[in-house]
Amino acid sequence: MEATLNKAIPIRPAARVRAATEEPLWVKLSLIGLSVGFLMLFLFVPLLAVFTEALRKGIGAYFASLSDPAALSAIRLTLITVAIAVPLNLAFGLAASWAIAKFEFRGKSVLITLIDLPFAVSPVISGLIYVLLFGMQGWLGPWLDSHGVQIIFAVPGIVLATIFVTFPFVARELIPLMQEQGTEEEQAAVTLGASGWQTFWRVTLPNVKWALLYGVILSNARAMGEFGAVSVVSGHIRGKTNTVPLHVEILYNEYNFVAAFAVASLLALLALVTLAAKSVVESRLHHHSQKTLEPATAEE
Amino acid sequence: MSIEVKHIGKSFGSFAALRDVSLRVNDGELVALLGPSGSGKTTLLRIIAGLETADPNPRSEILFHDASVTNRSVGQRRVGFVFQHYALFRHMSVFENIAFGLRVRPRNERPSNPELRDRVNHLLKLIQLEGFGNRYPSQLSGGQRQRVALARALAVEPKVLLLDEPFGALDAKVRQGLRTWLRKLHDEIHLTSVLVTHDQEEALEVADRVVVMNQARIEQVGTPDEVFHRPATPFVMEFLGQVNVFRGRVSGGRVLLGELALDHPRHTAARDGSATVYMRPHELDIKLSRNGAPSLAARVVRLNPAGSVAKVHLRATDGADIQVDLTLDRFHELNLADGDDVFVYPKNARVFVPDYAI
Repeated sequence: MEATLNKAIPIRPAARVRAATEEPLWVKLSLIGLSVGFLMLFLFVPLLAVFTEALRKGIGAYFASLSDPAALSAIRLTLITVAIAVPLNLAFGLAASWAIAKFEFRGKSVLITLIDLPFAVSPVISGLIYVLLFGMQGWLGPWLDSHGVQIIFAVPGIVLATIFVTFPFVARELIPLMQEQGTEEEQAAVTLGASGWQTFWRVTLPNVKWALLYGVILSNARAMGEFGAVSVVSGHIRGKTNTVPLHVEILYNEYNFVAAFAVASLLALLALVTLAAKSVVESRLHHHSQKTLEPATAEE
Repeated sequence: MSIEVKHIGKSFGSFAALRDVSLRVNDGELVALLGPSGSGKTTLLRIIAGLETADPNPRSEILFHDASVTNRSVGQRRVGFVFQHYALFRHMSVFENIAFGLRVRPRNERPSNPELRDRVNHLLKLIQLEGFGNRYPSQLSGGQRQRVALARALAVEPKVLLLDEPFGALDAKVRQGLRTWLRKLHDEIHLTSVLVTHDQEEALEVADRVVVMNQARIEQVGTPDEVFHRPATPFVMEFLGQVNVFRGRVSGGRVLLGELALDHPRHTAARDGSATVYMRPHELDIKLSRNGAPSLAARVVRLNPAGSVAKVHLRATDGADIQVDLTLDRFHELNLADGDDVFVYPKNARVFVPDYAI
């Protein structure tokens, strides 16, 4: 019986059949090869170069350039800046996106545009704005100076410039998610007797916690790596107003390549840690929204 | 606890959602607000809850148990509100969802933990979801989610229950089951309830009284029997159930509809002019030959005997479509086929003469 069937219907080998949506092998291989090659050349090789250069004179020289007082001071200043700028932007971003996503008010589109402004403006320009405002030749500079407050070429200027540049990260991350989630859950909470504060802490915040963390990670990475705006307002005073990226530049300009790449490797490590943290949070975020968007398929 | 709204108006920009609406819902009653989308029914419900405020008007008032709650906030009104899309807290388990209203109470009013657990477990039993306390909303079906939303609303012991299209997002079968269940629940707990729906079948089946709304106004308030059998306006007639609509003429106290003439005592005083005649499909009969009584000649277009009644689609000689519902017995007795010429006999008809008061 089987024999007759096989005879009657010639069976083609399945491997030869290509799905209608598939491309030939050579197209697939060359496209994959092209993208992998590009990534290697422009991302992986430079990253490798940073670490090779940093370790060129051995592990001792690497750590010596990191524990140099000027390097330590730059690391300390970067950490202080981040410790001030990130929490402030967290609070601001959360408040702004809450207002924008959950309420209707006049001037809402203006606020959204203002939040995006730092993305549109070159960091150097944003640094210059602060010099114009608070510098000795600026509008508020002389008055501030007479009261003993120095902003430009000092830590406050660096913090302000960093806050400005990292302003949109948290809000931009939260607004679309909050808008998509709508206000029904909040309305439900209010009908159940919850106060505005309770509604925020128990309903709104838990619903966006992963997106919030994601925004904070991005904001943190940018705050640590910011160069342009900070460079304009810092004054490059070694051991005083140098952040890590500025310190790298100084060392490089002094042809101190090992030290420059050693300090730069810290920023490269930060980038790797950020990427790892980002992908973890992203998968949680994705998982979370998958869960909430899943339609009710199982009916009783 | 009775609910009363007086002279409520609400507009969104230039769109009027409610125009001078007044309504009283008696203690323990289940009232359905029925109307097409945009008729203002959900807005009225949200104004009762306090989620929306009525346009300022010195005469407008909202009363619970004859005491004004117009200036009370949502939380103070103690209403149970059930949303169309459930609005369950997605990051909380079913248990925590139901417990939410109790947990957010001020410390001195908050029940102790064992008390709270008892309350929630009792509610889980009421909604037939015992053992589902640890699940998350995303792990439940639509019908289960809506039951959890109902339990969450009941947990705070509301004085009134407001349901905004609670079964609107569910499929027909689940809907039917939940509808029956909700009516049974209402008979057990007797909580004054207002249900918003655009599904006339749902309103007629569940509610003690039906409020039919259209274009920001109330068209008619009455028991399901009243609104279905004694519609006050053409809109109610057309909105509830299927109906054949004919344009006719009033002449000398009679309504003329092609070759069909109907005596209509209510309109004997009406001036001559146009009139609209409504006949429900089940109020028409089909005969194969004339018998002297007033009738309309028509031709069979399509037959659909699949159902509890046989639907017969006809086309009158003047081109109007007519639908007739026959009992299956009558259908088989007539033995109709497509293209047959038949005569339609109205058993009952309602005539509305347009108001020329303007």
